[in-house]
Amino acid sequence: MTEENRIDRRFASLRAEGRKALVTYIVAGDGGPENTVPLMHQLVASGSDLIELGVPFSDPMAEGPVIQKGHERALEHKTSLRKCLQMVAEFRRDDSDTPVILMGYANPIEKMGAEVFADAARDAGVDGALTVDLPAEEAGPLNRLLGERNLRNIFLLTPTTGDGRLQQITDLASGFVYYVSLKGVTGAGHLDPESVRENLDRIRRHTDLPLCVGFGIKDGKSARAVSEHGDGAVVGSVLVSAVGEAQSADVARDNVAAIVGEIRSALDR
Amino acid sequence: MSKQDAVDFSAFPDAGGHFGPYGGRFVSETLIGALDELREMYTRLKDDPEFVAAFDYDLAHYVGRPSPLYLAERLTEAAGGARIWLKREDLNHTGAHKVNNTVGQALLAKHSGKSRVIAETGAGQHGVATATVAARLGLKCAVYMGAEDVKRQSPNVYRMKLLGAEVIPVESGSKTLKDAMNEAMRDWVTNVDDTFYIIGTVAGPHPYPQLVRDFNSVIGREARRQSQEEFGALPDALVACVGGGSNAIGLFHPFLNDSDVKMYGVEAGGEGLATGHHAAPLNDGVPGILHGNRTYLMEDDDGQIIETHSVSAGLDYPGVGPEHAWLKDIGRVEYVTADDKEALDAFRTLTRTEGIIPALESSHAVAYALKLAATMNADQNIVVNLSGRGDKDIFTVAAIDGIQV
Repeated sequence: MTEENRIDRRFASLRAEGRKALVTYIVAGDGGPENTVPLMHQLVASGSDLIELGVPFSDPMAEGPVIQKGHERALEHKTSLRKCLQMVAEFRRDDSDTPVILMGYANPIEKMGAEVFADAARDAGVDGALTVDLPAEEAGPLNRLLGERNLRNIFLLTPTTGDGRLQQITDLASGFVYYVSLKGVTGAGHLDPESVRENLDRIRRHTDLPLCVGFGIKDGKSARAVSEHGDGAVVGSVLVSAVGEAQSADVARDNVAAIVGEIRSALDR
Repeated sequence: MSKQDAVDFSAFPDAGGHFGPYGGRFVSETLIGALDELREMYTRLKDDPEFVAAFDYDLAHYVGRPSPLYLAERLTEAAGGARIWLKREDLNHTGAHKVNNTVGQALLAKHSGKSRVIAETGAGQHGVATATVAARLGLKCAVYMGAEDVKRQSPNVYRMKLLGAEVIPVESGSKTLKDAMNEAMRDWVTNVDDTFYIIGTVAGPHPYPQLVRDFNSVIGREARRQSQEEFGALPDALVACVGGGSNAIGLFHPFLNDSDVKMYGVEAGGEGLATGHHAAPLNDGVPGILHGNRTYLMEDDDGQIIETHSVSAGLDYPGVGPEHAWLKDIGRVEYVTADDKEALDAFRTLTRTEGIIPALESSHAVAYALKLAATMNADQNIVVNLSGRGDKDIFTVAAIDGIQV
């Protein structure tokens, strides 16, 4: 039997309360490294259930322009993977309940060494990882290392993921499954709730894991629409954009609070 | 006995696209469907007699193949050693080897029924070669090019526009080839239903390193036959420049099982390996993951990809094809460098001794061949891949000479 993990615990309690999960994404170090941990606390205070902390990478291939710029801003502050792990450890001093997932690309992990990373992630209080460019057939070694340390492996599923592959991925996945709602990069604008519903039904036939939907979710209305048939919504670009446009850390926090608050109340309605 | 003796090089990559520990398919799940479709189509077509005949026909009648194997007598004299033969890819339609691959991928695009092709480009040669085949087939074409390169390579930008392509300057990251490739991938993910991505080098996710190699292997197959015809033996050594590595693998691959043929891949030494300002990941990089494959990369201590430098825009790339990474590790190919100055000297030497203006990329291969030839005997033969012509580079060279053209 696997040990308890904050992600599992959070989804169990949301399910018991009949609520949808709000997963929020920001890029670590965006808006200044010293402001990331306060921003994470703000996300929680405004109603976020899980935090996806983006690990900056020089070549974020799957991101749209908004999140790319977030990565570039964070890299101007030299926000390394090591630094991201320190941020999570700092966040854990005041928050021992909210799950934190690192979302990033394979190369910084490869550079650190997968085993060193897995140990450091566990020690920092990370609960899971989503490595965008490690699809099922390449994810095995890192998956195993994280699993052995009771961390969850979050995978993306897309409208183009066929049934055979769906099974292969859900066999490896743990924590929850992240359904990419559209063909495109993060922040794209052509969300189709009807197709989301059909695909979530299809995925359900393969797994009991919670299903969260992301890419293209901008506000309470779209979050509500996609989470109706799933277990939650992931919101990223709109938050990264709010951080990027803010003139100061205070404004960034206020902007993020307003966006998350609006989505939270729409989801709970 | 070295490790390579036991290897059958024609058997690689494996089903997952791996060359030893390198290669693979390190992309977001959003791209897997498109890559599966491409792999299945290519597996079905690559040995299909009709497809092969169509490709051969286009190479003969549109590209102008076979390209000659030319004995550079005065260059040989200048080097003072082995005979130097030039594989004249500069004589292809559009002026470089790049068109071998775009003609092949255009046939795949046609079979896929997609109405639009996209490409990334650095110096603009692959962009031009893609725009060319798109014009011929009546396909819509968009080429992503780093904003920096758009400025550096204005003649090629205009060529692409004349051919009807849309040239999209990429403002993200370092605004060069690697960022153009990121942006092309993003376009592909978004428009995958009607768009075929024509990658220009032997990098990227499987099956690209394999299919780009296969389409360029015509270079080595011809060179093998021509060597027998011209001097009745296989060459003693092959030399080619390596950026992503498509012209080099095209020449090398048909000879890999001939263990007596030595091979040298020449990376861009830029301002010198010691300065860090170069584009030589095989000489001074480490294995990592970028653009869908595991390979040698130029990166910093945090695993962020760093900017590269070379006088030749076509070699200015922080990664390299995964098959080269593997050939380096097992010792089958020796990877060396020529710096900016050596390449420029070779550019001038070849121009003055043979009346052939080489691309600055290919000048790196010529530079190393001159050194290598001097260490060999007069009865030995070196085949150098003259991968492109230098018309596009005269502005760069003139600027270095302080002349406004």
